[in-house]
Order: sequence, then C-alpha cells, then structure tokens
Amino acid sequence: MWQVMEGSHAVAEAVRLAGVQVISAYPITPQTHIVERISEFCAAGLLEARFLRVESEHSALAALIGASTAGVRTFTATSSQGLAYMHELLHWASGARLPIVMAEVNRALAPGWNIWTDQTDSLSQRDTGWIQLYCEDGQEVLDTTLQAFRLAEWVNLPVMVVLDAFFLSHTHEPVQVPSQEEVDRFLPPFSPSFRLNTETPCAFNQLATPAVYMEMRYSIQQAMASALERFPQLEDAFQTIMGRRYGAVEEVSTADADVILVTSGTVTSTARGVVEALRNRGEKVGLLKIKLFRPFPAEAIRRHLRRAAKVAVLDRNFSFGAGGIFAQEVRAALCNLKDRPQVFGYIVGLGGRDVTPALITEICRKTWERAHPEEADEWMGLTEVPYESGTAGP
Amino acid sequence: MLEIRFHGRGGQGTVVATILLAKALFEAGYFVQSFPLFGVERRGAPVEAYLRLDRSKILLRTNVYEPDHVVVLDRTLLHGIDVTRGLKAGGWILINASLPPGQLELFKGFRLALVDATRIALAHGLGTRTHPIVNTAMVGAFARMLGMPHMQAVAQAIFQEAPAKPEENLQAAQDAFSEVRLLGLVD
Repeated sequence: MWQVMEGSHAVAEAVRLAGVQVISAYPITPQTHIVERISEFCAAGLLEARFLRVESEHSALAALIGASTAGVRTFTATSSQGLAYMHELLHWASGARLPIVMAEVNRALAPGWNIWTDQTDSLSQRDTGWIQLYCEDGQEVLDTTLQAFRLAEWVNLPVMVVLDAFFLSHTHEPVQVPSQEEVDRFLPPFSPSFRLNTETPCAFNQLATPAVYMEMRYSIQQAMASALERFPQLEDAFQTIMGRRYGAVEEVSTADADVILVTSGTVTSTARGVVEALRNRGEKVGLLKIKLFRPFPAEAIRRHLRRAAKVAVLDRNFSFGAGGIFAQEVRAALCNLKDRPQVFGYIVGLGGRDVTPALITEICRKTWERAHPEEADEWMGLTEVPYESGTAGP
Repeated sequence: MLEIRFHGRGGQGTVVATILLAKALFEAGYFVQSFPLFGVERRGAPVEAYLRLDRSKILLRTNVYEPDHVVVLDRTLLHGIDVTRGLKAGGWILINASLPPGQLELFKGFRLALVDATRIALAHGLGTRTHPIVNTAMVGAFARMLGMPHMQAVAQAIFQEAPAKPEENLQAAQDAFSEVRLLGLVD
C-alpha cells in the first residue's frame, strides 16, 4: 500500500513488519522519530515487543547484546554522539556474531554542536565488523531495513542501515509499504543456531587466547565475504516478492562515460538529475552509487569504473589527516589495475550543508578541466579559513 | 515541478501543513516531497518548510531556493523575513491576514492572496486564543489558490493526520477555501 511518510517512519514500519521482539534505544535527534513511532506501535499492540528505555546508547546496545544472545530479533537506532558512545559495544556485537539491526541516521559529530547530516559518524565505525548499507530514499530505507534482518541472521553479523539526517529521515514522500504476508514470505522468524539457554548452561564470550583469537577474527571476515556473495541472492528473494532491488552498487550510464561520479546516500538522487541534464547536453558523464560499504564491493566497483578516464568521488565525510573516506576506499579498490582511472576526491556537504545540482555540476566541470587530481581532496564551497597554529613549538 | 516554501512560527502547524498537502496531492496523482528546514525549533520561533510536487518521481534532495509560490502562516514574519527571497516572478504569496500588508511595493511582480486563517481557526476552536493553529485553514486557502488538491483529498489527509478535532479542522479548511481573497498581481 502506498503511503506518504517520512524516512524515519519507513524504518519504523519495517521494524513492525519484521516482528522485532526487543527494541532498546536512547533518544537523539535526528533519530528520535524512529523509536518514537516504534514505541507507539508497541503501545497500540501493533508490535508485540519489549521496548526498553535505557539511560544511554551504551546501555541500549548492551541490552540488545543480551537479548540477541538469548535468541530474539533485536533493533535499535541512533545518531552521531550516540553511535560514538556505543563504540565499544559495536565491536562486542560483531565479535559475538549477533545479528542486531541498527538504523543510523547520519549526523555530524560535535563540537561545534550540529544536528545535521554528515557521514563521518557511521564511517568512523567502519572497522567494527558491522555490515553497513547506505540508503537514498524512503522506499530504499524501508526495503533495506527488512533486508538487513535477513542478511544479519544469514551470516551472523550485525547490520547498520544508514540514512541521511533530514534530507531522508524527516522528508515525507510516497513509500510502498508491503503487506505482512509479503514480509513473512521474505523474512522467516529468527531461529539462531546457538543461543543462551538455561537448560543447557554454557559460557559466552570467554577468554580467547592467541591460539584461537586469530581464527575467530578470520571467521568474521569469512562472514563478511559471505555477506557480499549472498547479497544478490538476498535481493533476488526480495525482488521476487516485492518487485524491487537496489544492488550493492548501482551504475547509471557508466558504460561510455568519461567521468563517473561516485556517490552514496541522498546525494545520489540529486546527482541522478545532474547526470540526466548533462547527458541531454551530450556530456559523457555517469554515476556509480555505493550502497553496501561494509563489506566493500571492490570487484563490482572495479568492473564499473575501470573503463572511465576519470572518477569523481563525493564524500560527505572526512578522515582528518587523510581525506574523504569513500575516495580512499575507491582508490584502494582500483590501485592494482594496470590501466586505471584518475580518482578525484571532493569533500561536500559536511554538517548538513546543502549539496545542490549546481555544486555537483561544478564538480563535473572541475574534473573535466584537470588532467590529474591534486594530492589532497578538494573541499567544495569553502570560504577561506585562516590556519591558526598552537602556541608551543620547537 | 512546483516548489512551495512555507513560513510560520513554531506551534502553528507549519510542517504539518506541508505534510497534509503532500498527502492530499499524492492522492490527487502527484509525486510529492515535503520537509522542514530543520533548526532548533521552539514555540514562536520562525520555521520554514518546503513542498515539492511533480508528475514524475522527485530526485532533487536539497532545500528550496527559488520557490514557485510562498505561504506565510504568520503576518508578523513579514517584518523580519524577506518572504519573497528567490520567489519566481508571478508567484503567489498566500498570507494569513485580513488586510493587505503595508509597503505593497515590496510584493511587486508577485500575486497576492489573503485569508484570515487566525479568525477561522479561532471560530472552530483550533488551538488557543494566543496560539491558534492555523495550518488547516491555510491548506484550504492553498487548495483554492492553486486549484489543487481537490477538497476530498484535503479532507482525507486531515482525517488521517489531525491528532484532534478532525471535523473542526476540515470546516476550517472549507471556510478558508471559500473565503480566501485572490487579489492577484501587484503592479
């Protein structure tokens, strides 16, 4: 059924349809609408689940680690500082191989205090062993949340469904909400192969000596590799029932493109419009959207980008002392190719600054004009910032 | 594609006005998108929200800079905010007011529509005397001004969305639909 709803509520609908059994969360803007709606579902009896209000994000994830270990389907949502506060337990959830699903609404980290969109919060958790899926619109975030439960439970890893603050979380748009019967066909009940059971007591997450720890880490990597391999099958199953699929990456007009834009999140939608407009003027520009960031679909990215002369990566995030995070990953994926495109990195839209068609068009123009990228990624739309050094020095 | 900017104050239901219209316009066959310019909202603080509608899926995910039309839910905003910022020539400005604003020359080249949404909201007991909730009246006036969405779709959206007094909200929308004065081009 079609409904006009905001991205946050699309996530909540998916959680209801997935029959999640334990939700634990602590409110933080811009995520709050998600758990607010879920708590309404619980109060109205539309979702039979335990909703745990806890005193912090650290406790929110700790509670789900307990619940998931006991073998029930679990969900939480957070943003920014809340995710940072969960950091220790993010490792714990993946290390314990718990299929927890989290919605992460991208919000800039403080200070300066900023509630607007920026991917640095989720991307700075890239090494925690969570699968990460970046979404573009309300439909994709609903569908991806449903897929996240099946994927998580298939490979025993936690999944983060990532959405932009406001441009997606608070934007109302038409979304097709599947029926319960359709969702039940796609997503069977969670039945874990191991769980905490008082009938057969055992210890979980014991001391792991050097003799076993490395193998345990390797098994997580095997699960990541398996998630990457199984993602198309998962989408096949989803498409058969729902008629929609997204791809770990999605290409638009890349086959003959001289310049390919690489995007993620809602910037992708705006960039689709730019690519269409430039194509109508005869410019050979293409687009590659990266949805699945962990595991990183390096092979698919090489396949789509290798023929282009230039690639322009738009990063709404930054790793201080290095560069845009998607650009780093794209460069790493391409580096062993003999003939490879030049990769231009652009930093855009930090802290919710708007990424407009004019800005994306300017990025295309800059990429066309220059033969080679600068060493450092270019910060777009920046006013001049004087450098102030500290007072101590040699 | 049409882009519409809404100016209001926290507590008047500005964001909900865009949601009501998005739902009603979707019902009327349009692709829609509505969202607030999110700040640190407090009751009484200026609020901006946007509405987009088109015949095909809307790809643009940015703020609205050059609206086709503007809706002002609180006329006291006219003193502090340039509501014509970026407004396309000939665009409508729908204002919650009983009389045309002073300094009419500021609206030259735009079309003006007036509706006394505050009086209508109070007549139907929406909000309080000091904080009337004018959004549904403004939605009714909007529907008349643009000739869409039709009032059945507006009614459906109000019944879906209004947390209280759905009948009264619908009556406010209908009153505003009848009463709105389309003054037209200011020259």
